[in-house]
Amino acid sequence: MTDDIRQRIRSIIAEQAMLDPDQVTDEATPQQLGIDSLGLVESIFAIEEEFDITVPFNANEPEKSDFDISNMGTIIAAVQRLVAEKDG
Amino acid sequence: MSNTPKAGGLPAEALVDAGIAAPAVSAAGDLSSRGGLRRVVITGAGTINALGHDVSSTLEAFREGRCGITQLDFRDVERLSIQIGAQIHDWTPETYFNRQQILLYDKFTQFTLLAAKQAVAESGLHFEGALGLRAGVILGTAGGGLNTWDENYRAVYEEGKNRVHPFVVPKLMNNAAASHVSMEFGLRGPAFTVATACASSNHAMGLAFQMVRAGAADVMLSGGSEAMLCFGGVKAWEGLRVMSKDACRPFSANRNGMVQGEGAGVFVFEEYEHARARGAQILAEVVGFAMSSDAQDIVMPSAQGAERAITGAIVDAGLNLDQIGYINAHGTGTAANDKTECAAVAHAFGHHADRLMMSSTKSMHGHLIGGTGAVELLACIMALRDGVIAPTIGYQEPDPECGLDVVPNEAREARVDAVLSNAFAFGGLNAVIALRRA
Repeated sequence: MTDDIRQRIRSIIAEQAMLDPDQVTDEATPQQLGIDSLGLVESIFAIEEEFDITVPFNANEPEKSDFDISNMGTIIAAVQRLVAEKDG
Repeated sequence: MSNTPKAGGLPAEALVDAGIAAPAVSAAGDLSSRGGLRRVVITGAGTINALGHDVSSTLEAFREGRCGITQLDFRDVERLSIQIGAQIHDWTPETYFNRQQILLYDKFTQFTLLAAKQAVAESGLHFEGALGLRAGVILGTAGGGLNTWDENYRAVYEEGKNRVHPFVVPKLMNNAAASHVSMEFGLRGPAFTVATACASSNHAMGLAFQMVRAGAADVMLSGGSEAMLCFGGVKAWEGLRVMSKDACRPFSANRNGMVQGEGAGVFVFEEYEHARARGAQILAEVVGFAMSSDAQDIVMPSAQGAERAITGAIVDAGLNLDQIGYINAHGTGTAANDKTECAAVAHAFGHHADRLMMSSTKSMHGHLIGGTGAVELLACIMALRDGVIAPTIGYQEPDPECGLDVVPNEAREARVDAVLSNAFAFGGLNAVIALRRA
């Protein structure tokens, strides 16, 4: 389940960043992957659609969001939490 | 290469550095003979917005620093994650229009006609006979008849209807408001609509100014309107994740996004000698306009693009930097716009930026998108005529990246001789207007 979520997110981000999913490591930041603010908003939308969840994210104050976008690992963890809450 | 102009003036090399297009320089370069250009004055104003149904109530709200942002109230609002806006809650079209007109007028047209009637009444102009042939209308809107689109898509998609009202197209088209204004007053000259997102009204008013100045018309009605506060309109904006859920706090360090508004503003732009000959009341003089394109990003603003429009408007007006006392900011309350706009103004004005007041009235009337520049021009006229600077309300924490005097929270009395109104649209389209005290 956890690995499945990780793979699906990596695919979404890889498509957005025009990279191979293997290049989307947990340590990589959106900036390092070449994802700008609009690309991030688009990625979050794709994640919401993929998992049928609502991601709390305001582009004006990303640091204040419950959804930590520091790197791929934090994004994956946040999505896992939201999916668990939905299924919970 | 610095494009910070020198004290008090804008030397030619600064203009070249700032990348002002050659025609703009040549048009204003020789101030002693401005190429036969005519002077343009504002002789009437009208509005409806969340702060009031006319100019006097709107200016009173500006003076009091009153906020028009409330809980949104329309069908399906509970399905929105953004539920605040500067909505006109007490709008009753029956008060102003008959049944047949209401069937034909989308809300954005209704707002426009109300504002236009106020403006024309104040101007005292009548357009019968020859004047009608020398008069026109240019209006801005981004969404046009968005409520009409929304209602009829709902009817055919959600409710499964297979028939819509015969007036859907003439009601929703973006030029509907301009056409109805031309019909209402018999304006038989140039008439069209400009759609440049958040800069629509400023582009419209800038073009109207240029037409009167150049002699293409003697009177132009101009301004803009927006009525985007419906389920589909707000839902679309939600997607960008730039909207605030709680308040519009421009330039404040804790700002967290824009808040939409609705309404209209319309002005009568009149050739100066025409206005003087009939002893008309002059609210302000329109003296400059410039536009630029960032040619860079569809949503992220550019300080350089904004600065070129700011400097261009000052040059076009033949003003010196130290004559500008107030700027009505674009000031959306987003993280990106406000710091970019402050950087652009600081760079354009150099050390004069320290003596400049710049406020965002969107904190009160919300962001009227295509109509916003029109309502904001009222704050510019108030500054020039009444010596009252409208505040930026909701200001809570200083942001070092927005270090200008943003007239926080309370209106201020100050005499200013010339002002600017900024508009910087999605798509990187910038439009700045300069006004001078009459």
